[in-house]
Amino acid sequence: MSRTLTFTVFRHNPRNPADAPHTRTYHLDETPGMTLFIALTRLRDEQDPGLNFDFVCRAGVCGSCAMVINGRPGLACRTLTANLPAEISLFPLPGFELIGDLSVNTGKWMRAMSERLRAWLHVNAEADVNLMEAPMEPETAEAVYELDRCIECGCCVAGCGTARMRPDFVGAVGMNKIARFRLDPRDVRSDADFYEVVGDDSGIFGCMSLLGCQDVCPKQLPLQTQIAYLRRSMVRQGVW
Amino acid sequence: MKIVYTDALIIGGGLAGQRTAIGIKRRGLEPLILSLVPAKRSHSVAAQGGMQASLGNCVKGEGDNEDVHFEDTVRGSDWGCDQIVARMFAHMAPKAAREMAAWGVAWNRVRRGDHEVVINGQRVTLTERDAAHGLITARDFGGTKKWRTCYTSDGTGHAMLYTVSDRVIAESIPVRERVEALALIHDGGRCQGAVVRDLVTGELTAYLARATVIATGGYGRIWGVSTNALINEGMGAALVLETGVARLGNMEAVQFHPTAIVPAGILVTEGCRGDGGLLKDADGYRFMPDYEPEKKELASRDVVSRRMAEHMRKGKGVASPYGDHLWLDITVLGAAHIDKNLREVKDICQYFLGIDPAKDYIPVRPTQHYSMGGVRTNFQGQSPWLQGLFSCGEAACWDMHGFNRLGGNSVAETVVAGMLVGEYVADFCQSAEGDFSFSTALARACLDREQAELSAIAAGRGSEDAVAIRRRMEAVMTDSVGLFRNGPALETAVAELSDLLARSRRLGMRGHGLDANPELVQAYRLPRMLKVALTVALGALKRTESRGAHFREDFPARNDRDWLNRTLACWREGDALPTLDYEPLDVMFMELPPGFRGYGVKNIIDHPHTAQRQADVDEMRAAELDRHAVQSHLMSFKQYLPERYRGRNERLDEPLPIPPAP
Repeated sequence: MSRTLTFTVFRHNPRNPADAPHTRTYHLDETPGMTLFIALTRLRDEQDPGLNFDFVCRAGVCGSCAMVINGRPGLACRTLTANLPAEISLFPLPGFELIGDLSVNTGKWMRAMSERLRAWLHVNAEADVNLMEAPMEPETAEAVYELDRCIECGCCVAGCGTARMRPDFVGAVGMNKIARFRLDPRDVRSDADFYEVVGDDSGIFGCMSLLGCQDVCPKQLPLQTQIAYLRRSMVRQGVW
Repeated sequence: MKIVYTDALIIGGGLAGQRTAIGIKRRGLEPLILSLVPAKRSHSVAAQGGMQASLGNCVKGEGDNEDVHFEDTVRGSDWGCDQIVARMFAHMAPKAAREMAAWGVAWNRVRRGDHEVVINGQRVTLTERDAAHGLITARDFGGTKKWRTCYTSDGTGHAMLYTVSDRVIAESIPVRERVEALALIHDGGRCQGAVVRDLVTGELTAYLARATVIATGGYGRIWGVSTNALINEGMGAALVLETGVARLGNMEAVQFHPTAIVPAGILVTEGCRGDGGLLKDADGYRFMPDYEPEKKELASRDVVSRRMAEHMRKGKGVASPYGDHLWLDITVLGAAHIDKNLREVKDICQYFLGIDPAKDYIPVRPTQHYSMGGVRTNFQGQSPWLQGLFSCGEAACWDMHGFNRLGGNSVAETVVAGMLVGEYVADFCQSAEGDFSFSTALARACLDREQAELSAIAAGRGSEDAVAIRRRMEAVMTDSVGLFRNGPALETAVAELSDLLARSRRLGMRGHGLDANPELVQAYRLPRMLKVALTVALGALKRTESRGAHFREDFPARNDRDWLNRTLACWREGDALPTLDYEPLDVMFMELPPGFRGYGVKNIIDHPHTAQRQADVDEMRAAELDRHAVQSHLMSFKQYLPERYRGRNERLDEPLPIPPAP
């Protein structure tokens, strides 16, 4: 039995002072296998050519399309409408600068976070690329990759209580990056170095352990465990 | 007029563009990257299965080296590639994989001792060497003699893109996100930068640069179903076409990947088959061994895709509301392997198909995947027709893939091309040609023209509907410029695409906004996409032979006598169609003269020089010299490399002849 879906979508152009934030309602017949990517594309093609949203890979790997779907942050491209009620509300991800409608500037936020946390591999000298690579234990490489799977979609920030109150909070995405480089034997930084960038209330000590981040992470990253370990290490670093 | 000056303007924030920028920055110059989307969301992120590099660490990679990788690449290209470029690439790939390791990619590593794998449907035990423990491992991919594809589970592109993007951040290279280059600023002989539109505010800015690099990826989205990201609309190719002087190469060379899921068209990696997955038909029968007894599921992509289509034409496809498909069976690999090495595949199956690939077959069908063609450049990535214009990665045709790319050679190409082209761009910027005075008058004229055009488009009250035209273009490309091609269908396609192009200039707009307005974006991209589509279709029509992924039912032979050449396309201002001409490939300079790839029945019209060149090569190989000496005699290439990259690659079985200086 095919359904008619009712979409309530946030509309606002922040560059137009005359345009107050509002919602607009659309109706669409559901088709088999319909995702929110398919639905929103059809809404734009058929009903509202000016509707802003972001899809790039439409395969759940690029992190562009995070939005608040019936009150919960998630990746729109891989959300099947069949798993939702017939009334679907779509809002932009909170915590990020609004570009328009469902589109937010996660890229700007993520780059600022990376710069602030110095979230890249730190080495003393780069290896000679003609020579054999340095060996790494296979299990270690797998463990690093596990944390490297973050797609910077912003769901964890949108689902975070602290980030609501502190705009400078680095979020689970930031702490996971620190955990990733801390685990990587190639990175020369010590806990003292990591403490410099996350050892305060805008970092690891701002986390209230509500753990909404882990609930909404589309890659099911072990954020709870990583934050707990990182906090313990940073406490140790701060005390001694 | 807002003007930004920079040394090198990189258009495209994927792996190729970002790696190029790092090389330029390290030479003391100022690069600036433009990206349609946040750089980490570029399509490079979607590469799953891995990167080819002949490290020779794992036991099934033992004996691998640049020679083997080079030969696989040339065979894969159906002898359509530039062998010098393929040589440079094979030489650089191990360095690139090691650089990625040094920068942070968590490559999967060799574990010493026994482990079980699936080969040809059978479980087999392999024993890895102690000495290789902890070195970068590799998996099997199609069309390769060795296991050469380095990987991080099936998120290789993600791991590489994040690592390279993090380096860009670490080296303080500016990335302007959510901007789009609309036109190259040039005087017919020298490229001076680009007019760039801010996709959020709609503002236009002139970026003036000594060198401009197109690294915008492929043009897969001119087809209705593609594995490509939505941003791969061929805008880089269109920018170059619209110069009227610079040329594109081999635009008809387009790859269809055997295993995209039905109906979404999302890729599941070749690693599925590399790791032992099988293709099955409606009866659950494994059909590939009947067609390709030697390589089976791991024949080259063009071959597997055609065989699948052929099998479906025989009525062996699985009927579905979205058309026929076949099955990819990875249940044989087991849940543990899938959970660890094919986790993206598992996610895709779960979220988009609602199935568990450890238990269920995956519905797949050949789907547009990769653009071998692109901005024609020399081996340095520079356009021979427009000084200061460079291109690299999938956007370019420099040309290492010829008419078919091997799996695992694309992400490898992105970083290798970035390493090389970054150096060549820096050389150019630091040479007399790079030192030059910009014309702000030229920039203003170009910007004003673009602004006027945008305003006219936004005010468009014509009768045509952009969405309808786009869907029709996609259908024409899918139906007539796909896996199997023929003259009459291509003639019709060219005619219809020409008509669509004319209609795309008479759009009726419903909105007005000049800022973040997706309707406007679609409206100005549409004619550009149609120009790219026409270039592909016309190239396919005129090439009356079959080579690699370009298969003509009416001309099934590979015709080296008449078609051992590269298609060049230029769109002169005011013309209704692009002008094609051809650049010959010289057999007498080939290290690997044209031969039979070993798939199906041999159907080749030989080039008159092939026998002579083969005799020369055989004679040289009979001399039993060291492999480096033979190679250098046959086709010397190292002089083309930047000096810093000329060194040999160390391997477990190939220690370097001279210890490196301390």
